[in-house]
Amino acid sequence: MTLLVAEDLHKAFGPTPALVGAGLSIGAGEIVAIMGPSGSGKSTLLHCLAGILRPDRGTVRYQDVDLGSLSDGKRSELRRTEFGFVFQFGQLVPELTCLENVALPLRLAGLKRRDAESRAVEGLARLEVADVAGKRPGETSGGQGQRVAVARALVTSPKVIFADEPTGALDSLNGERVMTLFLGAVRASGTAVVLVTHEPRVAAYADREVVVRDGRSREVERAG
Amino acid sequence: MSLGHALLGLLERGPGHGYDLKKAYDDRFGQDRPLHYGQVYTTLSRLLRNGLVQEAGVEAGAGPERKRYAITDAGVTDVETWLATPEKPEPYLQNTLYTKVVLALLSGRAAAGVLDSQRAAHLDAMRVLTRRKTDGDLADQLICDYALFHLEADLRWLELTADRLDQLAERIGR
Repeated sequence: MTLLVAEDLHKAFGPTPALVGAGLSIGAGEIVAIMGPSGSGKSTLLHCLAGILRPDRGTVRYQDVDLGSLSDGKRSELRRTEFGFVFQFGQLVPELTCLENVALPLRLAGLKRRDAESRAVEGLARLEVADVAGKRPGETSGGQGQRVAVARALVTSPKVIFADEPTGALDSLNGERVMTLFLGAVRASGTAVVLVTHEPRVAAYADREVVVRDGRSREVERAG
Repeated sequence: MSLGHALLGLLERGPGHGYDLKKAYDDRFGQDRPLHYGQVYTTLSRLLRNGLVQEAGVEAGAGPERKRYAITDAGVTDVETWLATPEKPEPYLQNTLYTKVVLALLSGRAAAGVLDSQRAAHLDAMRVLTRRKTDGDLADQLICDYALFHLEADLRWLELTADRLDQLAERIGR
């Protein structure tokens, strides 16, 4: 089943074109890597797919709903309920503990503190960072912080997680650890992932890759 | 890979039969390519001839040769020297991919296509290794990582070359 389809996306920032006819389609539970050099437009593509940016031209449809037809309020509700996000860094609220950070999306969705925190505890345990529950993000290592961020992205049981260079700030070993736990968790829950990365070793965790070059995307033909 | 040194290294833990050695080698280093018995016995007789191992009794019983081998002092020294000598880094100066790209350009064919299909084949191989690593133990992880880092290096080269194809075509055209 196709979950998310983007067609003929164009987006410019001032005179600089970032996307000039990019598109891709993602099935439920599918893990797709978006690859390409810096400045190729891969992050812009991710932001358009996730409804963070409005393309100048082209459509993004999520479960047959055209994101362009939704009001800002409806789009941000969709992001909160159906999507999860993992970025390179700086995504956790520094004043809250890791547990409170993971529980936050559930609290925003109206869950009682106790229920939200008990699900957050499970999420932290699944990413093997239960021991940092009471610490603030600044008191954790980079790898632990990223695993907390993944737990937070997963806690609302989203249909799609958008991950932009999730291991970009980590050394090889911690990057591997984050990817293994992240991918184990999404495969178990059937969550689709759009993974932006310029690292082939990270892209190799995905089911297939889409290459973005000069604002155009290309689904890669399978060899053999 | 020097099979002789690997077998000597395995014999340092204690004497063993050819069969034990083959099994120990296959478990640790064989991966997709288990040793042939012939290779093991040929290598052991060479080591014996060179005084790096000695016979340590013959076991009665059915089946193939039941001779046991033990490492000698000279064998231990040989392993030590081998471990302490760095492997010569591969120069990597002759490579098929570069040759294909240049020949595609020279013959007016689509060199970008050569790079793209190679890139897809590399990533497919990386996905297989990543899955094997994810399901495997630490030994699998380290062996697969070694292969993954090498494939990744190729991929980086493929990307860099894709970005410089026009330049290369210009130079070659001269």
